[in-house]
Amino acid sequence: MYPASFEYFAPTTLDEALEILERFGDEAKVLAGGQSLIPLLKLRVAAPSALVDINRIEGLGELGERDGQLRIGALVRHRTCERSDLLKERYGVLGATAPQVSDPIVRNLGTVCGSVAHADPQGDWGSALLAIGAEVIARGPSGERAIPIDELFNGPFMTALQPTEIVTGIRVADPGPRSSGAYVKLERRVGDFATAAVAVHVSLSNGSIGRAGIALTGVGPTNLKAREAEQALAGAEPTDEAIASAARLAADAAEPLDDNRGSAEYKRNVVRVFTERALRASIAAAREA
Amino acid sequence: MAVQEALVTRPVTVSVNGTERSAEVETRLLLAHFLRETLGLTGTHIGCDTTHCGACTVLLDGVPVKSCTVLAVQADGREITTVEGLTPAGGLHPIQEAFSAEHGLQCGFCTPGMMLTSVALLAENPDPTPEQIRWAISGNICRCTGYQNIVKAVQHAAATLKEAS
Repeated sequence: MYPASFEYFAPTTLDEALEILERFGDEAKVLAGGQSLIPLLKLRVAAPSALVDINRIEGLGELGERDGQLRIGALVRHRTCERSDLLKERYGVLGATAPQVSDPIVRNLGTVCGSVAHADPQGDWGSALLAIGAEVIARGPSGERAIPIDELFNGPFMTALQPTEIVTGIRVADPGPRSSGAYVKLERRVGDFATAAVAVHVSLSNGSIGRAGIALTGVGPTNLKAREAEQALAGAEPTDEAIASAARLAADAAEPLDDNRGSAEYKRNVVRVFTERALRASIAAAREA
Repeated sequence: MAVQEALVTRPVTVSVNGTERSAEVETRLLLAHFLRETLGLTGTHIGCDTTHCGACTVLLDGVPVKSCTVLAVQADGREITTVEGLTPAGGLHPIQEAFSAEHGLQCGFCTPGMMLTSVALLAENPDPTPEQIRWAISGNICRCTGYQNIVKAVQHAAATLKEAS
């Protein structure tokens, strides 16, 4: 399979990359890891006239904390996240998600920021970031802006990003001590998209739940934030009843469709069960944190 | 419907198995096709062509990638190792010997990709558990489902390499 022809640019600075994007407008696509984009090009679902490969731009590979925030640069691969003790220890849901994205070889090239910009409703990172809370940093012709993750996704493969903008990174606020998360995913086999998955990040405060972030994968037009479930848990004691009730609210928030991975009813039930499991795992880990 | 497409080419220089190879390639040329058709290195197999099977796995700067999902132009200035590059002159690499000794293949189609993924695993983790081996090769599919012996072969190679070091 060959993609349609395109002009290829490998700029070494962001300014250069932005100039090319401005020149081509929505006829250009940004190439980072390429693990979603190149398959789309090969299937000719996408046929841009220009590709802007950002892999040769310096300074986009940062994964670390600065000014009390986690920074994930545009070229940080899933692989790097999977091997990061910082994510495992302090940013629970992100550490839990990384090893579950696609397969190990795809994870060697694919990027977190690229996955988020691609906005596949079955993508894993969107849910993980919705659960923990994050800002997507985009650079465009008129400068930089921060887009809250819950304002990013407009629909399947659609985001608030402009065609002339490049995601340069993601910022995540330090969730504090006594905090942890989980990502519970049902996939038919390694590398398949999620039938359904639930991302949870919980911060405890004096033994009760301070903040609970819950987001769903593969059961809606975008990654979905289960707001009512989150609100029901905020300030609550982590009792069995509170967890079960939040899990039912999360299942209500799902908008699953019947497909070859399962019926809508089945997926909604998976969301309920997985929300319960993810909450229990997160609360137990947060107590140990 | 005939679609006329402008041919867009670009020069690339890639170090393949330690030798610099230069060519003028179409920007849309996939690394797998560059290796097989431009350079004639047909040890890299194309299985699914949709980023699932891992038969086309090669090492890009030492890291396994699916060469059907990388553009040749992206490899410009970088190092590629294919299965041909594993074999020293007049012999077999320990991973190749191990796949032979443990019968780690049936039809052999997935074998080049399996071996390259395994070489990268052993470079990072010289003494992997069977669980870690299964995890590492979970992006490489064996349609013959010969996984038991593949895992044995990787363990065999790990033991050989440990003895040698």
